[in-house]
Amino acid sequence: MADAPVSSSVVPTASAMSTASAASAAAPAGATASATSKSGPADLAQGDYRRLQAAVEELLILKGIVNRDEIDREVAAMDARSHQRGAAVVARAWCDPQFKAQLLSDAPAAVRSMGIEFGPMHLIVVENTPAVHNVIVCTLCSCYPRALMGMPPQWYKSIEYRSRVVREPRSVLAEFGLTLPPAVTIRVHDSTADMRYLVLPQQPEGTDGWSEQALAETLSADSLVGVALAKVAG
Amino acid sequence: MSATVPIRNQVSETVPVRYQVGERVRVRHAVSGGHLRTPHYCRGHTGVIERVCGRFPNPEELAFGHSGLPSLPLYRVRFRSRELWPDYQESENDMIEIEIFQHWLEADHG
Repeated sequence: MADAPVSSSVVPTASAMSTASAASAAAPAGATASATSKSGPADLAQGDYRRLQAAVEELLILKGIVNRDEIDREVAAMDARSHQRGAAVVARAWCDPQFKAQLLSDAPAAVRSMGIEFGPMHLIVVENTPAVHNVIVCTLCSCYPRALMGMPPQWYKSIEYRSRVVREPRSVLAEFGLTLPPAVTIRVHDSTADMRYLVLPQQPEGTDGWSEQALAETLSADSLVGVALAKVAG
Repeated sequence: MSATVPIRNQVSETVPVRYQVGERVRVRHAVSGGHLRTPHYCRGHTGVIERVCGRFPNPEELAFGHSGLPSLPLYRVRFRSRELWPDYQESENDMIEIEIFQHWLEADHG
């Protein structure tokens, strides 16, 4: 499901689009919810997007390409997805070495074996170890493992994150509160085409023997794209 | 939504996979318009094939209502961050892996 072909056919100037989204997402990395509510120009840009979206939706319905029910169903299905799906997958991998091996070699098959509806997405799971830390980005647009995570947060789509995390990942991670020793290699994954990525974080210390459900609660959405670690609350 | 893209130029030909895991490749330094999935920051740089992802319709064609067929081999190419950014300060071993279609790659023999 490439987002980009849709936007490139709808919006004639991709650069105008990025400029506008940069303005609306000018909050520093780590600030999640407030990015849309601050400045006037950002609000204007958001308004433009809403009008654009409504116009395209009307056209698609008028032309009989999709109907209202199909749109509502897709929106409801998207809203029902959250990072808890990804967290459940990772928690299972922590508890079941065979499942973990399959998840790393054939992630779609492993995820489907948990009964998670997955669509045609091609997924690669990358494992954090004491020596390697993985971070996910889509420098070209906002590709994100939506089937397992729902919608990406605003910062993930921001020009700041997308341009800086490939250039100075450690500085960006530090802004998220994650400082990694120089001996840990950082592997940044740029989802430029058909693959989507999920990070398999390291299991937090002191959680051996925990239930999958309790383990899943140590995983934030941020940890599953590599800008945070799995953590025990409190 | 991809089902709504009109299918034209249906082709059944298979494009052979040209590069193997571990092989050194260089990203073509082409400048062209259209809908490209090859970021500018890796063009002209060399890396190593990390894995072969399979064959996928060409996004440069798909974006304009064509079928994107024949599907093209897609690779993950691993670059050293210092190869991409000569002034990269953070750590010598850091790396970036990028999905790149075969027609953007050429063998790099050193």
